[in-house]
Amino acid sequence: MSAIGHEPPPFFNRGPAPLVRLLFFVAASIALMVADLRFHTLEWTRLTVATLVWPIQRTAWLPIQAADNIGHYFIRQSDLQAENESLQRQRMKAAKLLLRQRHLEDENQRLRVLLDMKMRQSINGQIAEIIYAARDPFSRHVIIDKGLQQGIQAGQVIVDEHGVMGQVIRSFARTAEVSLLTDKQQAIPVQVQRNGLRSVLFGAGNGRLELRFLSTDADVQVGDILVTSGLDGIYLAGLPVAKVIKIDHDNTYVFAHITCDPVAGIEHHGLVLVLDSRTPLALPPIEDLSPEKSKHGRKEKR
Amino acid sequence: MMESPHSMRRILLPAKNWFIVMTLCAALLLNMVPFGYFLGIPDWIALVLVFWCLHQPLKVGMSAGFILGLLMDVVDASVMGQHALAYVFLAYAAAALSRRVLWFPLWQQALHVLLLFLGGQLIMLFARMFSGADFPGLSWFFSSFTGALLWYPLTYLLLAPQFQPQEKDFHRPI
Repeated sequence: MSAIGHEPPPFFNRGPAPLVRLLFFVAASIALMVADLRFHTLEWTRLTVATLVWPIQRTAWLPIQAADNIGHYFIRQSDLQAENESLQRQRMKAAKLLLRQRHLEDENQRLRVLLDMKMRQSINGQIAEIIYAARDPFSRHVIIDKGLQQGIQAGQVIVDEHGVMGQVIRSFARTAEVSLLTDKQQAIPVQVQRNGLRSVLFGAGNGRLELRFLSTDADVQVGDILVTSGLDGIYLAGLPVAKVIKIDHDNTYVFAHITCDPVAGIEHHGLVLVLDSRTPLALPPIEDLSPEKSKHGRKEKR
Repeated sequence: MMESPHSMRRILLPAKNWFIVMTLCAALLLNMVPFGYFLGIPDWIALVLVFWCLHQPLKVGMSAGFILGLLMDVVDASVMGQHALAYVFLAYAAAALSRRVLWFPLWQQALHVLLLFLGGQLIMLFARMFSGADFPGLSWFFSSFTGALLWYPLTYLLLAPQFQPQEKDFHRPI
């Protein structure tokens, strides 16, 4: 803007001022955060970027894997033998139960047919390995080595040999992200195994779980085992989830403060089982409606 | 040896673009190594980004921080935009400080950088706590301190390609 009216030549053109650029990028970041947290609309972006970054990520795991392999190489043979023996013993113990279970399941099915009840869904699943814990320190997420290519979908349940560990929340091409039960945003409907009292279990964040919304005089004791109630249509009923370890009966609060420990080895890494997604419960038949109307009714119910 | 690059009285060669890109990619790779919940693993991208924003504010800036932040958000499985916000702030603050900080000796530079890293972590903390996430514990801030400790070796490592062989020529004016 010189006096003569000519623009100065763009020798020192540095674009918009730094503060303007800062405001632009900050606004863009906040918009992204709102879109992700509130509306969950960025999943496809995540999938694209994750697929592009995958080869680099694979390379980054190599040193850790190598260190792991070296650790395996120097393990003592006596340790291996001891482990082998204990595994054999466990297998024999489990075999006793398994042999009987087949018999019991058959019997159960026959009885259910006799009583004209719905068949129970049997448990099927794929074995996956936890590769690493996600770096995000604000949440409890882990990454497993099966993904969309192996048919893993968001919402599937992860268990280990002791009980429920968590739920798949995002599935990428070859990996999937699992939110552990101890994550603060995770909730699971449970019932007390002893008396069938139903409630909802929430993650407390510090490796613990919290049973909320039970009144102070509810029949819960220390040592009670909580199993899934299956009311949500996601978790199969009867999977062990947690054990009550502490109950605070404080009468100033309406609800009891009940702390639980997960029964699954949630903070340990290893092999897990990804259960197939549960077939949704059949909706009650709608009668006396024209086909159009019944379609509408079904949509509203979902 | 504890001198600032500016008071070393050595004329540096211009920084090569491919070297800057390569170091940023290497930082991204280091950030992807799954260390799990180990304490004090520095945020390598923040470290290298602040370094280049201080030394080459015209070449590396907020847009680089934004893109790297988005990549980190996907890799870290955190909320989209969380790292982007922190890195954009880091890049802005580093570029604003670049004229001044480079004249300090390296350990005082490290103190400046430490404040930047802590600021970046605080931004992430506020962004996540605001959306109801869990407080990760004070030990999480430990990574800023290890990052600041690494400032001294990092400066020599990243400036190494720009040093030219020192030949003593007392007839030359500079």
